[in-house]
Amino acid sequence: MPIELVVNVVIAGVLTGLVYGLMALGLSVIFGVVRVVNFAHGEMMTIAMYATVVLFAALQLDPFLAVVPVAGLFFVFGTLLQAGVINPFITRPEHSQFMLLVAVAIIMVNGLLMVFGPDARNVQVDYQLESYAIGPILLDKARLYASAAAVAASAALFAFFKFTRAGKAIRACADNYLGAKVVGLDVKRYYALTFGLGSACVAVAGCMMILLVDVSPVLGPAYTLLAFVIVIVGGLGSMGGALLGGVLIGVSEALAGLFITPSAKSMFSFALLILVLLLRPQGLLGRKP
Amino acid sequence: MNRRAAVLLAMLAAALILLPAVANSYVLSVATLILFFAYTGQAWNVMMGFAGQLSLGHSLYVGVAAYAAAGLFFHFGIGPWAGVWLAMLLCTALGAVIGFLAFRFGISGVYFALLTIAFAEFTRIGFDHIDWLGGPGGLFIKVEQREHMDLLDLRGPPQMFYYVMLALTAGAFALCAWLLRSRAGYYWQAIREDEQAAQALGINTFRWKMLAMVLSSALTALAGVFFAFYYNNLFPEQIFHISRSIEIILGPVIGGVGTLFGPILGAAVLTILADSITELLAALGIEIPGVKQVFYGVVLLAVVMFLPHGIWPTLARKLGLEGRD
Amino acid sequence: MALLEVEKVCKSFRGLRAVVDASFGVAEGSIVGLIGPNGAGKTTIFNVVAGVLVPDSGEIRFGGRRIDGLRPDQVCAAGIGRTFQLVRPFAGLSVLDNVIVGALKRAAGVPEARRHALEILEKLGLGARRDLPAAALTLPDRKRLEVARALATRPRLLLLDEVMAGLRPTECDQMVEVFREINRREGLTILLIEHVMRAVMALAQHIVVLHHGEIIARGTPEKVVRDPAVLECYLGEETEV
Repeated sequence: MPIELVVNVVIAGVLTGLVYGLMALGLSVIFGVVRVVNFAHGEMMTIAMYATVVLFAALQLDPFLAVVPVAGLFFVFGTLLQAGVINPFITRPEHSQFMLLVAVAIIMVNGLLMVFGPDARNVQVDYQLESYAIGPILLDKARLYASAAAVAASAALFAFFKFTRAGKAIRACADNYLGAKVVGLDVKRYYALTFGLGSACVAVAGCMMILLVDVSPVLGPAYTLLAFVIVIVGGLGSMGGALLGGVLIGVSEALAGLFITPSAKSMFSFALLILVLLLRPQGLLGRKP
Repeated sequence: MNRRAAVLLAMLAAALILLPAVANSYVLSVATLILFFAYTGQAWNVMMGFAGQLSLGHSLYVGVAAYAAAGLFFHFGIGPWAGVWLAMLLCTALGAVIGFLAFRFGISGVYFALLTIAFAEFTRIGFDHIDWLGGPGGLFIKVEQREHMDLLDLRGPPQMFYYVMLALTAGAFALCAWLLRSRAGYYWQAIREDEQAAQALGINTFRWKMLAMVLSSALTALAGVFFAFYYNNLFPEQIFHISRSIEIILGPVIGGVGTLFGPILGAAVLTILADSITELLAALGIEIPGVKQVFYGVVLLAVVMFLPHGIWPTLARKLGLEGRD
Repeated sequence: MALLEVEKVCKSFRGLRAVVDASFGVAEGSIVGLIGPNGAGKTTIFNVVAGVLVPDSGEIRFGGRRIDGLRPDQVCAAGIGRTFQLVRPFAGLSVLDNVIVGALKRAAGVPEARRHALEILEKLGLGARRDLPAAALTLPDRKRLEVARALATRPRLLLLDEVMAGLRPTECDQMVEVFREINRREGLTILLIEHVMRAVMALAQHIVVLHHGEIIARGTPEKVVRDPAVLECYLGEETEV
């Protein structure tokens, strides 16, 4: 096996992994703050991918431009979903929340199936076929741009949480729900804001992902599980962990696809999830619960 | 159980036993499907409704059991009555392993659910690569005849399968009714309500959770064996898929987790309504894939939001089936 | 030899020393009160005795046998029952079923547990409400249920964690009577954490005072109430004017 091939596969894995990381970041934010198990996360990603396909087909809108309306739409949708549907479930037992989002996920996946049918769809832009060559290293343009956008979006989110007042308020709500309420923070509003932000993350990730893979309705559950694997491996509550986990999963999937068979690459992710859950449930960068 | 409930139960039992005499093959197949989901829902209920552990990977047991029994039949001609023992053994072992890992390491709640999903998914992809069991192309059992009843090899008319499933469901119902009133039932419910308080009362929660896990997986195995010999074809993508796991829990969640009648009622409501919708749409000339599942999702959403304890508790109260005489 | 012996128990949480070198004994058949300001470490001691926490150092002996490090359910099997500071009924079960869960510890089967549970419910005045869901009970009744459930395990030692909190004086007196009765008739040993001094003075034959994790006084109620160290920790130091 030529070393250049392995290196290129690893690099591709890293770049794809950054987009995975952005998707997982959205989940980490939602799960970490609102403590809701967003079982519809992958389905939301899939909807974002379809939205980009539709915008491209109808308006020839490049995914990087489609990001703006799609993310905006998802932000609004996320806040409404949290405030309207999910909020009463914060105090309900965990399995109730889970079921709620399972139901939402089922409706989403099959709604997509009804509207778009089971066949795969994609976008086709010129730069998907081009790459930069640095010696023997090949960097696919689309993958490079997508990962750059993912990093930029992550950085923006990180800055939001670190420097803005709303961001700090949200972190307070995450750390200490009761304390935040006592201090007078409108927790319900911040939860809605957080869910909106998390959804916007997923939307951006979806717009980027459609440049790399085709979309079909069945991707929904697969991405949900992937997002959870990444968040748990990387560490709950750690934004850096989500990106790190994403990269790890991206690379291991790429390598597994290369050395074992491509169809078995997810097996590795699930085995990793089991190991992490058992041995280090706080993940790589998470705080010990 | 009060007198009214006993009478209704007797009527239901009579209706179920006499159904094949009056039903056409389509109705019978729907009824068999309802019983299948009622049974698997009841088996799942032992873990969730009784011991409070949310498993979203029960398709693992259905699949492993189905492949075990089917594999034995396909390769060695060993019939289902022997194959079921291997199936139960494997599923019990799997349940014990997953339970041990989860409970020893203190994994609960959503993490436990994710763990069960991970095991099921891992196995699904794994079975895609086991060519000896057909791989992704599937494992097919030959259907030699459908006329006379060959109970030994489970080859026969739909009526035979209906009664087998009815017997299994009735047996599961009786078992769970007995368990609920036994020490196990009390201890499980205590663990479900408040594990720490249960420990303070001397309950070894690890041991009892393991028992629930193992029993649930063993019971589900029987459904898997039935599945193999009823449908006669197995595909890893289908039988281990997470949608199967979700289908299994829909009945109990909609009917009422932790109750005896919940899984049965939920399975009936869901299957009948879903089939009615498909029939209606077909009659209108609309054949869109995914409609049935969207319907499932909407019903599930409605129940979770407005009837969090499921349909059965409210229904039982309205019909005056609660309390003693 | 005391029934319960706590010897030099220490417990810290990430640098915060909750209990420091606590040593005391509870004689069989006696009622001992554990008092002290909030945060003194009282519930921590309870949790260590009950097996919820493992002490960093020290020993706990019950009936001569070491029990530190045992699981909570093993501690119950050894003969120690406990209530929780914030009551934890099995909300989805009926009052009777709650107590049956406790009674099953020592009963051969459900029928025997049921009989024993009914007896205990009568003793605590909950007989009439036995078929109600536990979630429907008022706070005083929930407290009685919590005690009934723990009693159903036939403990030799009962740990009561602030059982009087939130009760009106008459309800408090009723509870005190119940404990006095059981202690007198069946010789049940009781160790109670309490802030309600009315109950402490009425029940306790011996008091141990905890402050910042250390035992600062012990003795009969009359003696402890006059101890200057105790007065200081409750009322604060006198300030110079």
